[in-house]
Parts: sequence; structure tokens; C-alpha cells
Amino acid sequence: MTTLRALLLALVLACTAAVPAKASELIADLSQHLIAITTGFSGANVLLFGSVEAPGDVVVAVSGPKHDITVRRKARVGGVWVNNDQMTFASAPAFYALASSAPIRKILSEGERGVHKIGVHHLSLTPKGEEPPDRLSDFREALIRNKQNQGLYAEDAGKILFLGKQLFRTDITFPANAPVGTYEVQVLLVRDGKVVAAEITPLSIGKVGFEANVYNFAYDYGLLYGLLAIVVATVAGWLASVAFRKS
Amino acid sequence: MQIYLPIAEISVNIFLILGMGGAVGFLSGLFGVGGGFLMTPLLIFIGIPSPVAVATEANQIVASSVSGVLAHWKRGNVDFRMGLALLAGGVLGSTFGVWLFTFLKSLGQIDLVIKLSYVVFLGIIGTLMFIESLRAILRSRNQTPPARRHHTWIHGMPFKVRFRKSRLYISALLPIGVGFVVGVLAAIMGVGGGFVMVPAMIYLLGMPTSVVVGTSLFQIIFVTANVTVLQAVNNQTVDVVLALLLLTGGVIGAQFGAKAGAKLKGEQLRILLALMVIGVCMKLGFDLVLTPDDLYSIGAGGGH
Repeated sequence: MTTLRALLLALVLACTAAVPAKASELIADLSQHLIAITTGFSGANVLLFGSVEAPGDVVVAVSGPKHDITVRRKARVGGVWVNNDQMTFASAPAFYALASSAPIRKILSEGERGVHKIGVHHLSLTPKGEEPPDRLSDFREALIRNKQNQGLYAEDAGKILFLGKQLFRTDITFPANAPVGTYEVQVLLVRDGKVVAAEITPLSIGKVGFEANVYNFAYDYGLLYGLLAIVVATVAGWLASVAFRKS
Repeated sequence: MQIYLPIAEISVNIFLILGMGGAVGFLSGLFGVGGGFLMTPLLIFIGIPSPVAVATEANQIVASSVSGVLAHWKRGNVDFRMGLALLAGGVLGSTFGVWLFTFLKSLGQIDLVIKLSYVVFLGIIGTLMFIESLRAILRSRNQTPPARRHHTWIHGMPFKVRFRKSRLYISALLPIGVGFVVGVLAAIMGVGGGFVMVPAMIYLLGMPTSVVVGTSLFQIIFVTANVTVLQAVNNQTVDVVLALLLLTGGVIGAQFGAKAGAKLKGEQLRILLALMVIGVCMKLGFDLVLTPDDLYSIGAGGGH
């Protein structure tokens, strides 16, 4: 009997030890993990919600599909502005949005943001090949500036609201020009200027139904697609002509 | 009401696109030009990526040209023999043009080439047409008969063919050559080439204005159809949803345009077209010369 009790006690202890205290420190999830692009797509909102064990600040960073991005620089050649210089950044995020429960500068120091790659100026934008630092910084800033103008890089994408001391929520907004692909939603818990817990959730944006069919057809059967496009155009032109002859 | 374009990968307002199609379609029916030289810059302006704008516009011109050519055919204003000669050159030219387009795109200079082509061709043709049609209008007011056509080197070229409807007896090489040049432009600029074709037919080949518009539209159908297929195969940049919206507005506009055009005199049409061509040319020209807001721009990545 005593041996059984000891065994049971050991089991309970083992179980509680197996669950680290930090795991429940931060829990977060999204209302949906797939954003479907349909014919009427004009951007989307995804609800991010979660809870923290003890009070702290929450930072959410959404970073988009990674592609090579080429930045080109114009110069005046013979009176005309021409692209005459370029730099390609290897696997740079096509989309980046940052939201936090308080202004990010107040929560995390510049150095700390650098360590955790938080904020558009700390993204890992590395060029293909060696580049002198001056030139690199010019092109890197230009990439960020252009992306911000397109609404694809944002540092104040939203405010994370706390409901009480533990529950938090925020809406992540994806514009209509958000690129198709796999995204990573990183949720960080910050306390006393340090990141104490982190969680990563995937999210993907993809075309579905008609949009996906048209896109796949165009890429898989280019010739047939082109011929069909002509047939549609010819019939439409003929229909209009017939319609107007009768009236 | 917004609609997402599957190939262009952006969301646009349906009524904006329909309206643009209708307005440009009207001008297309009126002047016998595809209207591409107006539509392609407009599409790029509202944010459609330029390769998609160029390829999709070619598809839309197929529709507006079919609609327009049927209206002209009824009035017996299409010279099919001349059209076929122009077409032979046009198919060769547009095939070469799509290849050139793909090559320039890989160099990152396609936008510049598109804009420079616009400025150069629109500038030259607009100015020439303006001067000529102004003279024609002044001449008709003074009631002096037009000058007789002179016998030039053009009439000494081999392979002469009789084009009955155009009342011409000229070398077949001429329309083939004109067709080739226009075909290259059609592919690179996303235009039907009517604005080059129409003046070339009038001033270079000496065709009567009455058959020029119908014949130009006839051959534009096939050249733009060729461009559409080649772009779809090589670059996957034809957006059928965008094309459908544009052509819905476009074919209706073209019918009204053709009716309005029948009421205007040839030289009046030409001077209006000339003014419009010069206008677009100046706008694009200024854009190339003025200092851009940001010297840097993001292009498609090397891996794409």
C-alpha cells in the first residue's frame, strides 16, 4: 500500500514536472490560419487572441512570404531617368506588420529589438553578394520606404488590447495587395524590457475556387489559356456588333 | 464594388475598369485605332503591373477590333487583300516583339523601353498627322484641289500587286514591311498599332481614308490575337478577368464611336486623333524627364 502511494506520488510529481512553468506564460492563436482569396477579396482581418500568465506587454510581428526582392535605382542619363543600378536582397519578407500593446520603443530597447529582429529596420535584409556598407544601407532603406508606401511594411499595424490583465486580442489587417504565400505570426511576451516568452503560429494566404483555377490554368496550360482568351474576346466583339445592329 | 484580378494579383473597382473600357472603346471606334496607346498607360497608372497591362490590353483589343471591323465591313470599308499583306508582316513582327519584350524584361529595362517607344512614336506621328490634317482642312476651305500623287521610289519596288478596293498598284513588300514594324510595336507597347498603321496606310501606301480604318482594324485583330497567345505562353501575363471587364465596356463604346465617326470628315478625325496622340506623348515625356519622387523602386525578384 505504501509502495503504491509512493508510486502515485512519484507519478503526480513527474507529471507536474513535465509541464514547464513557462508554457502557460503565453498562449496565442488566430481566428483562422488560411485567408482565402476569392473574387470579392479586398483585404482581410484576422483576429489574434491569447492570454498571459502574469501582466506584461505583448508584441505581434507578422512576416510574409520570403522572396528575392530587387531594388533598382534611377539616374539621369541624357536627360531621361533610367534604372541603372540595382541590388537584390535574398529571401526578404514581402510583408511585415508589427503590433504591440504599448509603443514598441517604450517596451523594448533598440538593442533588444535588434536581437529579436523586431521592426522593419531590424529585418534581416541581406543582399546577394558582397556590398559596401554605405550602398547597402541606401538600398535597404529604399526597400523599406517603398514597401511602406505600398502598405506592405508597417510598424504601427494595430494596438493589442488587454481585456483585464490576462486576455489580449488584436485584429491583424492584410491589405488587398498582400502577397500570396506562407506567413509567420510571432507573438512575444515582454516584461522589464526583455522578451520572456514567444510563440509562433503559421498563416497562409491563398487563392481558392475561381481565382485559383484561372491562375493555375494560365500557368499550366498557357497556350490553351491564350487561345481561349482570344475566343472569348472575339465572341464578345461579335455579340456587341449583333446587339447594336438590331437596335 | 471590388474584384480581385487573378493574374494581376490586385483588387480593383469594377466600375472604374468598365468606365475606362467604355471611354477608350468609344475613341477606338471613332478613329479606328485599338485605343491601346491610351489604355495601357491608364492601366499602369491605376496599379496594374506593366507586363500584365501590356498583355491583357492586347487581348482586349481583339474584342474591340472585331466589333469595330464588323461595323466597317457592313459599309464595305475593309480591303481584305491589303489586310492580309499587312497581316503577314504583322505576325512576323509581333512574334519578334514578344521575344524582345521577354528579353528586355529580364534586363529590367522594359518599363523604360515601353515609355520611350510611346514618346518617340506618338511624338513623330502626332506631329506629322497634325500638320497634314491642318493643311487638308485649310485646303478644303480654300477650295483648291489636292495635289496629285507623285511617282516616287516606292512605286519602283518589285512584287507589285493590285489592291482593287484601295485603288492601288504597289509592291506587296510595302504593306508587309509596315505590318512588321507595327507588329513589333504591338507586342512591346501593348497596343494594336492603329496609331502607327493608320498614318502609314494613308501617307506611305497612299490608301483612301475611307478604307483605312476598317482595314487597319481587320489586321489588328490577328496581330493582337498573336500577341495574346505568345504572352500567355511566354510570360503568363494575360488576365482574362481584367480583359473581360475592359472589353465589356470597350465593345459597347466602340459601337458608339463608329457611329459618331461616320458623321465626321476624314481630316477632322485625323486632327482630333493627332491632338490626342500629342497629348499622351507629352504626358509620358514629362514623366521621363521630371525627377521622380523616389529614385529607388522595387522590381520583381531575380528568382521570379
